[in-house]
Amino acid sequence: MIKKRVCMFFVVVLCFILQSTVLKALELGAVSPNLLLIITASFGFIGGRKEGMFMGVFCGLFTDVFYGQLFGYYTLLYTLIGYANGFFHAIFYDLDIKQPMLLIALSDLAYGLIQYFFQFLLRGKFDFGFYFINIIIPEFLYTVVLILFFYRIILRLYEKLEKMDSIGSVDELV
Amino acid sequence: MRRKKRDSIPSKYILTGIAAVCVSLMLASYIFDFQGGPINTLSGYLFVPVQKGINYVGWYLSDRADNLQDLREVMAQRDALQEQVDQLTIENSQLMQEKYELEELRTLYQLDRSYSDYSKVAANVISKDSGNWFHSFTIDKGSKDGIEVDMNVISGSGLVGIVTKVGADWAQVRAIIDDTSNVSAMILSTADNCMVSGNLQLMSEGCISISQLKDSDNQVEFGAKVVTSQVSEKYHSGLLIGYVQELQMDANNLTKSGKITPAVDFEHLRSVLVIIDKKRQVDPNEETEEAKDEEASEEGSEESGNSEAAEDTQIPEEHGDSENAGDVQPSEETGDET
Repeated sequence: MIKKRVCMFFVVVLCFILQSTVLKALELGAVSPNLLLIITASFGFIGGRKEGMFMGVFCGLFTDVFYGQLFGYYTLLYTLIGYANGFFHAIFYDLDIKQPMLLIALSDLAYGLIQYFFQFLLRGKFDFGFYFINIIIPEFLYTVVLILFFYRIILRLYEKLEKMDSIGSVDELV
Repeated sequence: MRRKKRDSIPSKYILTGIAAVCVSLMLASYIFDFQGGPINTLSGYLFVPVQKGINYVGWYLSDRADNLQDLREVMAQRDALQEQVDQLTIENSQLMQEKYELEELRTLYQLDRSYSDYSKVAANVISKDSGNWFHSFTIDKGSKDGIEVDMNVISGSGLVGIVTKVGADWAQVRAIIDDTSNVSAMILSTADNCMVSGNLQLMSEGCISISQLKDSDNQVEFGAKVVTSQVSEKYHSGLLIGYVQELQMDANNLTKSGKITPAVDFEHLRSVLVIIDKKRQVDPNEETEEAKDEEASEEGSEESGNSEAAEDTQIPEEHGDSENAGDVQPSEETGDET
C-alpha cells in the first residue's frame, strides 16, 4: 500500500512539473489545460473516493505552496473534486472513454465555476459571461482534448500500481 | 488484512478531517500570514531543480525553431529598422539636449536617484501559475540570494510585479497584470496620481486598467508614460508601468479611468531583475527620533526661527521644480511624435 502511495505521490509531482512548465508553454489563447484536475478526477473514479482524495490533497498542496494566495484553498478544492468523482467508482467501466470524459469535463466545469465564484465574484467582478466564455469554456475544451491523450496512460498506470500493490501484499504473506 | 484495516475508516471521515485541516490552514494563512512552513521548503527542493531543467530544454528547442522563422522576419525588419534608425538619430539628438537639461536640474535639486542606483539580482522565470485565473510565476532565486517578500521585480523595460512568497531558492512573483494586483501609480508628465490594477478581462486585449486618475485639465494624452508613484507603500517610485491607451471620464465626472499597455511583454518573460532594496517605510521609532531632533532644534531658540524660515522658502522652490519637470515632459513627447 505504501509503495503504491509513494508512486502516486511521484505521479503528482511529475504532473505538477508538466503543468507548470510544458503545458504553460502550450497555452492557446492564454488558456492551458488542467492536468492536475485530470489525474485527481480520474484516480477518483478509477480507484474510488480515497484514491481521489489522496491525489487531490497533493495536487492542491503543491498548487497552494507555489501559487496559492490563501493556503489550503486549493487543497480543499482538489480534495473535494477527487472525493466527488469517487462516487462514480461504482458505475465505472474502464473500456468506455465517454464516461470518464464526461466526468472530467464536469469536474473542470465545476472547478471553473468555483474559481469564479470565490476568487472573482466575491471581489465584485460580475461579468460572468466574459469569464465563462474566455476562461472556463476554453479550459474545459482544452482539458477534454487532453483526456483523449492521457486517459489510456492514466488507466494503464493505475492498473500497474494495483498490480504492484497486490504483488507487494503477496510478498508480505509469504 | 491490511486492506480491511484501511477500509475501516470510512472515507467521509477522512474527507471531513482534510476539510477541517484545510479550513484551519486558510484561517491561519489569513490571520497569521502562514505560508506553508516546512512544506514550502520541502517542495522547493522537489520542484525547482526539475523546473529549471525543463525550462532550459524548452528554451533551447524554441530558440532553434525560432531561428529559422526569425531569419525571414529579420530580413524584412532590417529595412524598416534602418528607416527607424534615421528617425531615431534625429530624435536622439533632441532628447540628448533635453537629457543634459534634466541632469542639470537633477544635480541642482539632488534628485539624481533613478533606478540604475538600486542593487538588483537577476533571476530566471522557471514556472507559471498552474491555473488560468491568475498571473503569478516562480523565479529561481530565493531567500538564499537575499530576496524577501515585497521586493519589486522589474524587467528590462519596466515593472513586472512584486515578490509575494519566498522559499529557500525560489520565490513567487505576482505580476502587475494579475487580477488581484493594485499599484499606486502616476502619470509621468503631469504627476497626477492614479491606480493601476490588473484585470483578467482586459488581458485578452493585452491591457491593464487604470483608474481614479484626476485629470481636470485634460492634459494626459494617448501614449503618456505611467510610472509608480511616490506615495506607493511597496513600490519604488518612477518605475515604468506602461503607456496610456485609452481614457474615459468616470460617471462621477471627477476622475478618469481607462486602459494602459504594460511596458513589459509578459507572454515572453524569461528573466527578471529583483530590486534588493526594499522601499523604506517610515519606522515609528525613526519618526520619534526626528521629532526629537526637531524639538531639540526648536529649543535652540534663536536658530530655530531661521531654519524654519529656510524650510518655508524651500517648499515653494520644490513645487516650482515639479512644475518645471511637468513643462519639460510634454515637449519631450511632442518630440517623439514628430
